[in-house]
Formats: sequence, structure tokens, C-alpha cells
Amino acid sequence: MKKIISQTEIDVNEEGYLTDFTQWNKEIGQEIAKEQGIDMTSKNWEVIDYIHEKHNNEEPLSIRGIKKSGVINIKEFYNLFPGGPLKKATMIAGIPKPKSCI
Amino acid sequence: MSTKVKKMLFILSKATIENVYAAFIMANGARMEGIESEVFFTFFGLEAIQKKKLERLRVATVGNPAMHIPTMIGGLPGMEALATKMMKKEMEKLDMPPVDEFLEILSDSGCKLWACKLAVDMFHLKEEDLIDDLDGVLTIGDFYNRADQEGCQLLFI
Repeated sequence: MKKIISQTEIDVNEEGYLTDFTQWNKEIGQEIAKEQGIDMTSKNWEVIDYIHEKHNNEEPLSIRGIKKSGVINIKEFYNLFPGGPLKKATMIAGIPKPKSCI
Repeated sequence: MSTKVKKMLFILSKATIENVYAAFIMANGARMEGIESEVFFTFFGLEAIQKKKLERLRVATVGNPAMHIPTMIGGLPGMEALATKMMKKEMEKLDMPPVDEFLEILSDSGCKLWACKLAVDMFHLKEEDLIDDLDGVLTIGDFYNRADQEGCQLLFI
């Protein structure tokens, strides 16, 4: 599926996740966040950086991982990305939705 | 994106590991999807929120055909402990948190944890026997009141 975000055409799946990470940049992340009703603070971007780092190292993301991350605790994570934090944060980060159940 | 299920309420009445984890994983999964969730611990389910017992929950080796252990053997001393150890090892491989950490994750995620008043009285439990993250002790009526909204589902485990 094609989608235009901040004057750029990007490929997304039916849920709105980018299918090609090379198309991602911060402006696109910002726009996706806006669509999801999320206000991006510097702390939000810190979390996105952490998610990118995990993704680059091919380490699976989980809520337990967030707890151990040292970047953010679970309560803050839910506050920063309301309405399903990991699925929204990964969407903003331009990576696939985590497949784990935990 | 809106979801039809808005709130999931779980009633956990058993203390075997598989049942406790089923409730915890679904309650956590709900929060991860942006769905509200709460767990009401009643009867044997209370073992999962008792400080002294929660780390010693076991898998049932007797009366559980899916374990594929003959009942006579499943009842031998040490079998439950062995099966539990094996199961915990497999769960650790999947990065599933132990019970105490899981409760902490649930509480931090905004999942409400309630103890059943009648069961607490029946087992003569005191507040200090229960985990610090507990949100309170409720009657079943109080709990039903928490379900009184659109898009709410109740699940008995």
C-alpha cells in the first residue's frame, strides 16, 4: 500500500506499518505519531532510538525488555505512548509490529 | 484505530502455573493493545498474590491428560517439582517473566489487581500476606460494578 506522508511516498502494510525501513526518517515518524494522536517529546524520541537500536541488533522487543532497558520504565512508557505503547512506538519507529505475546 | 473490546476483566480461581500465566498473559496483552484490564484473584487464585506462595506455584501433573504422564507416576513425590522446573525453563527461554516480576509489570502497565474478599476471609489472609501492588480487596458485587460499561468482557479462569 502506498501512502503520502510529509510530501514523501512511502510503502505501508494494511495496519499502517512501514514495509521498508530505508524510507523512514524523523519527519515521517513525527507525522505517524500525529496520526496516532501522540505528542512526541524528547523522551519519546529517546524511546524510538532505543527501539531502533534493538531492531538493528535483531533483538526482539517486549514489555519486559522495556522494563530492563534503563531508558524508561513501564509506567512512563504507557504515558508517553497511550493506547498500546509497543505497537504505537514501533509504528512511529518505522519497524514491523512486534510478534511476541509478552 | 478503535477496538470493540474496551475492557477485559479476568477472574483467576486457580493457582496452577498454566492458569496463572494464561490470565497474566491475556491481561498484559490487553494493556499492550490499549485495552483496559483487571484481574480478580479468588479462591486458589489468591496463591498468585501471596508474597510467600507466589514463587512456588506448580504445574499439575495429576488429572491433566495433556501432560502425558500416567496419573500413578504423576503422583509420585517430586514429579510436580520436576515438571514445574522444566516448564519454567521453557518459559525463561521465551523471556516470560517469573510471577513476581509479571505482577509488577501488570501493575505498572495499569492493570488493576484485586483480591476477593470472601476468599481472603476464608483463608484468613491479612493485608501483609498479599503483594504490595494489590489495588484492594473487593466483593464480587464491587467487581461487577467495574464491569458496568460498554465493550467489557469477563473471563473466568
